[in-house]
Amino acid sequence: MIAHAIVFYIFSLIAIISAIMVTVSKNTVNSVFFLILDFISISCLFIMIGAEFLGMIMLIVYVGAVAVLFLFVVMMLNVAQQKNEWFNSSGSSSHIPVGLLVSIIIFFELIIVIGGWKYKPELLDSIAIEINTDLTNTQSLGSVIYTDYIHLFQLSGMVLLVAMIGAIVLTFRQRSGVKRQSYFKQISRDRKDGIELVDVENNKGVKIDA
Amino acid sequence: MAELFIFFEQIYRILFLLIPVLVSVAMIVWLDRRVWAFVQKRRGPNVVGPFGLFQTLADALKYIFKEIIIPASSNKIIFILAPIVTMTLALIAWAVIPFSETFVLADINVGILYLFAVSSLGVYGIIMGGWASNSKYPFLGAIRSAAQMVSYEVSIGVIIINVLLCVGSLNLSDIVLAQKDLWFVIPLFPMFIIFFISALAETNRPPFDLPEAEAELVAGYQTEYSGMMYAMFWLGEYANILLMCAMGSILFLGGWLSPIDLFPFNVIPAPIWLILKILFLFILFALIKAIVPRYRYDQLMKLGWKIFLPFSLIYVVLTASFLMYFDLLPGN
Repeated sequence: MIAHAIVFYIFSLIAIISAIMVTVSKNTVNSVFFLILDFISISCLFIMIGAEFLGMIMLIVYVGAVAVLFLFVVMMLNVAQQKNEWFNSSGSSSHIPVGLLVSIIIFFELIIVIGGWKYKPELLDSIAIEINTDLTNTQSLGSVIYTDYIHLFQLSGMVLLVAMIGAIVLTFRQRSGVKRQSYFKQISRDRKDGIELVDVENNKGVKIDA
Repeated sequence: MAELFIFFEQIYRILFLLIPVLVSVAMIVWLDRRVWAFVQKRRGPNVVGPFGLFQTLADALKYIFKEIIIPASSNKIIFILAPIVTMTLALIAWAVIPFSETFVLADINVGILYLFAVSSLGVYGIIMGGWASNSKYPFLGAIRSAAQMVSYEVSIGVIIINVLLCVGSLNLSDIVLAQKDLWFVIPLFPMFIIFFISALAETNRPPFDLPEAEAELVAGYQTEYSGMMYAMFWLGEYANILLMCAMGSILFLGGWLSPIDLFPFNVIPAPIWLILKILFLFILFALIKAIVPRYRYDQLMKLGWKIFLPFSLIYVVLTASFLMYFDLLPGN
């Protein structure tokens, strides 16, 4: 049990320190790396409380896909150099009220979350679905999500689909003059389409439509 | 005291797994070069040791004694971290590979998800190396590789769902035991082919070795690396290839099971079967390296997103409805 506690404190310490480093570090790429470290240690915490499915999905989705895109964008935009200019410019002060509002909301949410610990026994009593401890949590998650909460599940899938289509529509540009390869066209071409025999008159030359 | 004993026992078991893996990585590099040479009617490495078996060890020795050059303009911490990350991720995944019913380091419930997660983390070693080098070719290689690995992971994920539908468990031992009567390569043959090609792309093997395409990018993300750090990238890469072969043989070729449960076959110990299957897949990898020309980048992306992804999604629907219709769903 002591080993369990030690490992828990190691992971949570790493999680907290790297979360602080995300906001503190000057280099944007470094803060993305700290964010990844944070994700990894939090998924380790998930695994420690027995939620191995959630922990692994966290690794696959957040670390394996989302953070890669973050890193991609940050590296490509080279935000590291622009950041300091942005902070020093006069325009930045207009963002302060919005930032304050967001941070106040997050602060109150944190208070609610921490306050929730006090009412944990009552919360556990009011759970609608009984927890079956014999099943692995992958199985129990599946049996709940795909039966009792199927509509919510489908709805969230729809929201994601709409978001995906929206992102595609926003970024899609039809450029003219781009040559694309079409396997179908390439394979179905035969001699007739490619070669034309022309009788050339002497000293006249030939005009071919391109 | 008892806890300390468990601790040392675990370390002993980990070493007992890792050292054979590292040695076999060295041997597999030799095998790769020999197969490649065989196809091209060359001899390949045949000087150091019997059949040139110790060639890789000689190479490794050379790398150890070479100077490690760290570019002045690089981000030094991340530059050093990158090969370490690649190597570590390639090795920790072996913890869940079951070599027989009892011979497995960590028999966890979500084994296949763990493998998938670790292989999706593998992209970080490459991005970190490419970015930290602060040089054009490595960065281009890193970007290519990140896009490529993320794309092909999607289709590997969908293929894994296909297998899971037939098994009803995420545990790797359960996946192998579910193939006792019929290896999944037979009902899911198209998925096996797609898995194999995606594994090639996922491990940056030819014909999908665009991240290190030597004609365009010198050596891609490895350009600025030298000495032992280069060797670590290289070891990690081959360990990853072996891992993908192991994953393929567990998902589709019945893992440690013998092909037929008859006398001369079932006395051969289970780990040998798994190793033989891994070797079979690896020789296919090596043959493909020798005979197929490199893809163009847009062709690679097209193959991943427009052909493999829709096809494997359709196959998920097919598998699910087949299992449903004939009432073959596991767990009923």
